Amino acid sequence: MKRSSYIVLGVVSAIFVLSWVMKSMSLSEVDDSIMQGFLLTVSAFLTLSIFSFLYKDNPFYKFAEHLFVGVSAAFWMCQGFWSTLVGNLIPRVSESLSGFFMVPYQPGSFNFHYWIPVILGLLLLMRLAPKGGWLSRWPLAFIVGTTAGLNFIKYLRSDFIDQVSSTFVPLLGDETNKWTGVGDFFSNLSLSADSQFVALLANWVIFVGVFSGLVYFFFSKEHKGVFGVGSRVGIWILMITFGASFGYTVMGRISLLVGRLTFLFRDWLGLIS
Amino acid sequence: MRRFVPLAITFIVGTVLILSVFIPPAQDLNRTFTLYFDIIAVFAFFLGGGNLLRVHINKLRMKKRDWQFSIVTLSGFLIMLAAGLFKIGNPGDIATAVDAEGSMFQTVFNYVLNPLQSTMYSLLAFFVASASYRAFRAKNREATLLLIAAFIILLGRTPFGLMLTGWIPESFSILQVPNLAMWIMNSPNLAGQRAIIIGIGLGVISMSLRLILGVERSYLGDDNA
Repeated sequence: MKRSSYIVLGVVSAIFVLSWVMKSMSLSEVDDSIMQGFLLTVSAFLTLSIFSFLYKDNPFYKFAEHLFVGVSAAFWMCQGFWSTLVGNLIPRVSESLSGFFMVPYQPGSFNFHYWIPVILGLLLLMRLAPKGGWLSRWPLAFIVGTTAGLNFIKYLRSDFIDQVSSTFVPLLGDETNKWTGVGDFFSNLSLSADSQFVALLANWVIFVGVFSGLVYFFFSKEHKGVFGVGSRVGIWILMITFGASFGYTVMGRISLLVGRLTFLFRDWLGLIS
Repeated sequence: MRRFVPLAITFIVGTVLILSVFIPPAQDLNRTFTLYFDIIAVFAFFLGGGNLLRVHINKLRMKKRDWQFSIVTLSGFLIMLAAGLFKIGNPGDIATAVDAEGSMFQTVFNYVLNPLQSTMYSLLAFFVASASYRAFRAKNREATLLLIAAFIILLGRTPFGLMLTGWIPESFSILQVPNLAMWIMNSPNLAGQRAIIIGIGLGVISMSLRLILGVERSYLGDDNA
C-alpha cells in the first residue's frame, strides 16, 4: 500500500470513531446507546462506501461490495433453511426433528416421497465434488421440468389468454360510460380526465396499440404497405411504453436515493428533523 | 445414462404437470412439485454458498489480485450464517422466527444488508441519469416519443407537475401533467406492455415445449462435466 492510502485509511478510521462516539452521546437516553451508535455509524459508512464509486472504483467500494456478496448469500441460505427445510420439509418427514425444531409434526402415510427432493438436493451438491458432477444434472433436470411444466400452463393462461381477452374492450361506451348516441356524445364532448371521450380514447389506444405492437413483433412477413403502417404505429406505442417504463424506474431509484440521503442527513448526522 | 436420465426426468415431470391440470384428482401435484422445487432450491442456495467458500478460499490460498477482500466476503458470509443458523441473540426459543426483532440476524439485515442493497440500487439513479443524457436526444420521431413519455411520467410523479399545470380548467383536466401521466401509464403504456407480455408468453410456452420434448438440451452442459 502507498503512503497516501495509509493516510486515507487513517482519516476514515478517525472519522468512523468520532462518529461512533458522537452518535453514542447523542443517543444517551436510549438503551444500549454505544451499540446503537456503532450500528448507525457502520450503516452510514457502508452507504458512503457504495456512493464513493461515483468518484471511481476504490478499496472502500470493494470492501462494501464484497461484504454485500457474503452477507446476502448467507441471508438467503438461512431464509431457505428455516422457511423451507424446517418450515415445510421436517414436519413431513421426521417426528424427532420436528420436536427438536419445535414445529408441529404432520404425519401422513405417503410422506416418504418428500425424501425425493432431499435426495435430488444432495445430488445437486455433487457439483462441488471432483468426480460425479454429472449427477447434479438430475436435480437440474427436475428443476427445468417443473419450471417448464408450471410455466407452460401459467403463461398460457395469464400472459396469453387473459391478456388477449382483456384487449377486447368496448370501443363505444363501457360499464361506467354507456353509449347513448352520437348526439349525446358530441354534446358532452370534454377533455376532462373522467369524461366519456377520454375513456373511449383509452380503449381505442389499448386495442389498436396491442394489435399494432404484435404486428411489429411479427417477423414472418415483410413490414410493407398496410402491414408496414401497423408496424410503424407499433413502434410508436412501444417507444411510449419504454419511455413510461424508464420514467417509472427512474422515479423508483430516486425514491431509494432519497431514502438513503434521508438516513444520512436525519438518522446519522441529525441535520434534518 | 448421463444424458438419457436427465432428459427423461424433464420429460416426465413437465408432462405430468401439464396433464395434471386436466385431471382434477391430480391437481394437488402442482403444489407437491412446487414444494419439491422449493426444497431443491434451498440445496441450490447451499451449493451457491459452498461455491462462494471454494472460490474465495482458493483466492486467498493463491494470493490472487484483491485477495484481501475475500476475507471480507468470507467473514460476512460466516457471521451471517452463524447468526441465522444458530439464531444468535434471538429473543425466545428455537421456535421463534429467525428474523425476530432483536436477533443478530435481523440486526445485520437492518444495519448492513439493507443499507448496502438499497444504496446499490439507488446508485443506479446516477447511472441512469448519465446514460439518459447521452441517449435522450430527439434524433427522430421514435426517440422524441420516448423522451416526451419519460418526461411526462417523471414530471407527473412530482408536485412540480401539478404546480405547472394545475391552472388548466376541469373540462381540459386530462392535460394536467399528473392526469396525463396516469393516462399514459394506463393506456399506451398498457398496450405496449401487453404486446410485449403476449410475446413473452408465446416465447415461454414454446421454450417450455422445447425443454419438455428434449429439443433444447443446453442446460445439460458439456458431456465431459
